[in-house]
Amino acid sequence: MKKQINIRNLVFALLGGLVLLFIVGPLAGLFLSTTPNTLFETLTDKEVYHSIWLTLFTAMAATLFFSIAAIPFAYLLARKNFPFKKIVLGIIDLPIVIPHTAAGIAILGVISRDSMLGRWAETVGISFIGNPLGIAIAMAFVSIPFLINSARDGFASVPERLEKAALNLGASPIQVFFTISLPLAWRNIISGMIMMFARGMSEFGAVVIVAYYPMITPVLIWERFGAYGIKYAQPVAILFIAVTLLVFIGLRLLSKEKQTDH
Amino acid sequence: MLELKNISKNFKDFVLKDVSFKVNEGDYFVLLGESGAGKSVILEIIAGLIKADEGAIYLKNINITHQKIQDRKIGLLFQDYALFPHLSVYENIAYPLKNTHLSASEKKTIISGLAIEMSISGILGRKPVTLSGGEQQRVALARILALKPEILLLDEPMSSLDIQLKIDLRSLLRKLNQQGLTIIHITHDFEETFTLAKNVGIIQKGRIMQIGTVEEVFKNPKSPFVASLRGVKNFYPAELTSMAGMEIRKAIISKDLSFLLLSGMEDGQGHVMIRDRDISVSAKKLDSSASNNFEAEIMEIIPSRFGMEICCDIGVRISASVSRESFKELDLTAGKSTWISFKASSVKFYKN
Repeated sequence: MKKQINIRNLVFALLGGLVLLFIVGPLAGLFLSTTPNTLFETLTDKEVYHSIWLTLFTAMAATLFFSIAAIPFAYLLARKNFPFKKIVLGIIDLPIVIPHTAAGIAILGVISRDSMLGRWAETVGISFIGNPLGIAIAMAFVSIPFLINSARDGFASVPERLEKAALNLGASPIQVFFTISLPLAWRNIISGMIMMFARGMSEFGAVVIVAYYPMITPVLIWERFGAYGIKYAQPVAILFIAVTLLVFIGLRLLSKEKQTDH
Repeated sequence: MLELKNISKNFKDFVLKDVSFKVNEGDYFVLLGESGAGKSVILEIIAGLIKADEGAIYLKNINITHQKIQDRKIGLLFQDYALFPHLSVYENIAYPLKNTHLSASEKKTIISGLAIEMSISGILGRKPVTLSGGEQQRVALARILALKPEILLLDEPMSSLDIQLKIDLRSLLRKLNQQGLTIIHITHDFEETFTLAKNVGIIQKGRIMQIGTVEEVFKNPKSPFVASLRGVKNFYPAELTSMAGMEIRKAIISKDLSFLLLSGMEDGQGHVMIRDRDISVSAKKLDSSASNNFEAEIMEIIPSRFGMEICCDIGVRISASVSRESFKELDLTAGKSTWISFKASSVKFYKN
């Protein structure tokens, strides 16, 4: 019996190893195929530098701005039952399942100069097309389900009795939300925000349709590949991967510190 | 002070029906019933956590049926204490003071005072997860008292405490009640009821079966449920006194009647209880280890589920439970003289 389990574990470990190789292999190949000199040159390339900064900034802005509405909405989804709730939950997951170029076309239809919103924005001097605003909207569209779902799980895990106890102690519902529900669901909310940020940063399909320029890094990689070939796209890709890894490790560490504070 | 009028609530698998009772200011009201009888639902309806389908609740003659939870000033001690895990003990106790206009130093004074009263001054900086069950309960109690509630609602507060903590909590609750705090306490334990209640409500399957003082309810049970609390018919107000140089003690029931008993309690007023199954009935005085022997006249014989209940007069009415076989053998009839015996260890004393 023991031997059988060992064989099973061995087979599973081998399969796991293949999966890991599948992920690590291309990435390692990418790093090995580029010399430090080329990397350094790319690092000083202003276009690359600007695009990475723009990508980080728009993804972060989209995450923070949409959190204001997404977090209270997630609370409602966790606590209340209402008609057609299942349909609403399905709608939230839609951006994950639809092709992202199609999502880009859909967004473009709403924010282009011909649309009502686009025309209204135009009158106050805002243009979504070819603007970081448009990029942020496209990023948020494809990534917001990650935040809503994670925050909803977080709120659902807060015992309702604690909220009732807080009400019983004289707190108003809004005070209960900010002093009990939000701090106790914080771990999931931060995790959801990191996921939303990550997903937004790596978005290509929807963004490229809404705003080719200014160029975010995934679009820049695509452009370098199309115009000059793989050798020119590789160092940008490496830099972008390195930056995203650094940012995520940093954010994870920060959120862990926050959790241990409690 | 608090009045419930015809409160009803329908759940999928449970119905609370026409619950009405009054609790006066300064009362210690115990709602006694088995698990699932609807006790907690009533507390949550009073606190406003659950809305009743029908009926009304009045607090100091004001209809609070539709008042918001946060405006009721009715403190509920949850069975699991519901302490906020992300806040320290100090912050937990300070929570109800958030909406007051007190200065920081006034708040600090209140919290320190409560911490001393609850003996939790040494743990104010700790998080609830690091506390024992007894400490958590005292923190939860301090937190509710910081609210200065009109009424304190207690949801099975003794259920998860060991014996010593139960004794401590009992004296704490008694003290709070003596200070004027009105308390509604729900439990399934009739010993808790004896030791704390001024008035009792009996609840069964979502209905109030009987309400009255402890004596009224248990001496004249109006439902088989109350009567089924076995042996509780034999309980009497008594004064516990020690006898010089003796381990055995005396509970004085009246000028002419006292029981001998073993008890670790301090001398003072309370109740004694003897279970009917612990009382022997015999034709003549037995030569036995029983310290309490009384000649009695049989007043009434009531058939019960497992034999016969023999009610005798020994200066107070006392009930003994005998098997049908013993009943036949002794040829017991109403009016006949008999002997009642029970051991000192069968007499339980509950201090008021």
